[in-house]
Formats: sequence, structure tokens, C-alpha cells
Amino acid sequence: MKIVINIFLKNGVLDPQGKAIEKALHSLNFNEVKEVRMAKQLILDLDEKDEIRAKERIAKMCEELLVNNVIEDYELSTSEKL
Amino acid sequence: MKVAIIRFPGTNCEFDTEYAFNKLGAKTEIIWHEQKEFKADLVVLPGGFSYGDYLRCAAIAKLAPAMQGVFEHAKKGGYILGICNGFQILLESGLLKGAMKHNEKLSFISKNQDLKVVSNQNVFLRNFQKGDIVNLPIAHGEGNYYAKENILKELEDKDLITLKYQQNPNGSLCDIAGICDENKKIFGLMPHPERACDSVLGNEVGLKMLEGFM
Repeated sequence: MKIVINIFLKNGVLDPQGKAIEKALHSLNFNEVKEVRMAKQLILDLDEKDEIRAKERIAKMCEELLVNNVIEDYELSTSEKL
Repeated sequence: MKVAIIRFPGTNCEFDTEYAFNKLGAKTEIIWHEQKEFKADLVVLPGGFSYGDYLRCAAIAKLAPAMQGVFEHAKKGGYILGICNGFQILLESGLLKGAMKHNEKLSFISKNQDLKVVSNQNVFLRNFQKGDIVNLPIAHGEGNYYAKENILKELEDKDLITLKYQQNPNGSLCDIAGICDENKKIFGLMPHPERACDSVLGNEVGLKMLEGFM
């Protein structure tokens, strides 16, 4: 099973990379862009068929290594395409 | 006085640190990241790019076997100093509070920087006066210190901020360049005192800082 983890800076924590991209888009006159947030994506291929169990394990991985919960949040999704 | 300097793959300031402490008359030992046990009066986590800074700065270093020795040392109330990447490791491992983000302007900054001594009620800065301005080199891409408001307040209230930037180069909250834990045993800072330890380099102020541990 493939699980996608998107890691991004928490709401309220200034995202310097997102801000730089936002400014660049504005300089190209894409003024409808209100905000850009930069995320890091990890795709994990797990030897596990149960989605709930897989997500529990991944939550633990995020807690122990993948995410710094002082500044970062994450979202999980499954994907067959990747 | 024995100083253990932990070397991870990607560490690059271990010899400068060794040079500085040898100059002060300390015995030094460089500890490879796979070594679990070691004894020292002071443990130094030097600067560099541990494990290539993959995933996040210092995220992988906190899992190194040598960190078990560092945690043991902390538990016993031993002195620990984390410089630059070492500071990031202390934050990632929870030995100090807060986290590091990319520099506000995203570029890697390598230059000399004026710093203010905020507190001298600790071994690290005991050779200085409160309010002293010192000049030290910085060299980092992720030195933008962040902590929640309640943590920042705790740092202020308990006198745990050691150094502040005079002209904030990286966006750090409250201009923070260095902090310590509440027992004043564990110190982390982004500037490099070990690179300011010889008159040949034009600056010996770092030596005066490290001398505080002797």
C-alpha cells in the first residue's frame, strides 16, 4: 500500500519558502494568488494491506522522525497512481 | 577536564573545536556517531551537516547511537554545548526547546555578526558582562529560531536566552542566537565560537566563551 505524507509548516508559522514563491508569482502578475504554502511530500510503500493499521504506523513514524511537531503538521492520503 | 566531541557523518567543525579546547588545556576525544558510551565533563555537538541534513537539519542525528551517551550525560546533569548544527540537534532531540526553520531570506549566510550577551549567569558566558557586544562568525541556512509564545516567555522569564543578534540575519524570533536549558547545563548557539579562537583569525572572543567551561 502506498501512503502519501504531506508535511507543511503549521498555520501561523511563517513559511519563508512559500512567501518567496508567492512573491515570485505576484511579480509575474498572478495576483489572484493569496497565499503559497510549501510542503514536503514523502511517498511510503508499505508491506501492509490494512489501511487503518498502516496509518497508525505512519502516525508513529511521523511522531518519531518524519515531522518536527514544534513547527510542522502533516496529512496522510493513499494513492494507487504513484 | 575532558571534552567529548561527537562526530556524525557530515560534521565539519570537530577539529576547530578540538583545537580550541586543546588550546585551553582540556583533553579532547572525538567520538564517532556509532559509539554509544563515553565519559567526559563536557560533551560538544559541533557544527556541520550531520547525515547531509537530509529530511530536516539534525532530524536523523538525534537517532545516532552516540546520542544515547549524550542523553545519559544530560540526565546526570553534565554540561553539553551544541554549536550550529549541534544546536539544531539539541532542539530536534528535545534537550532544548524550540525548532529551526529556513533563514527568512532563504539564503545560506556566512559572515561575522555582532551579538549581545543577554545573560552571564551561566558558565558559558561567565567571563562576560551583561550587555557586552561580541563579534562571532555565523554560517547556516537554517538558523531561524522558532518557539511558541509560552516557550519564548519562559526563556525570557527564567533568563535562558544567552545571546541575541544585534542585526537579526535570519528571522529568529526575539533575535535569539543562543539559549540554554533551565538548569543552565545545556547550551545551544548558532554562531561559531570555535572559529574565533586565535589571533591569527583576528578574533579570540570565542576562546573566552569556551573558557567558561574550564
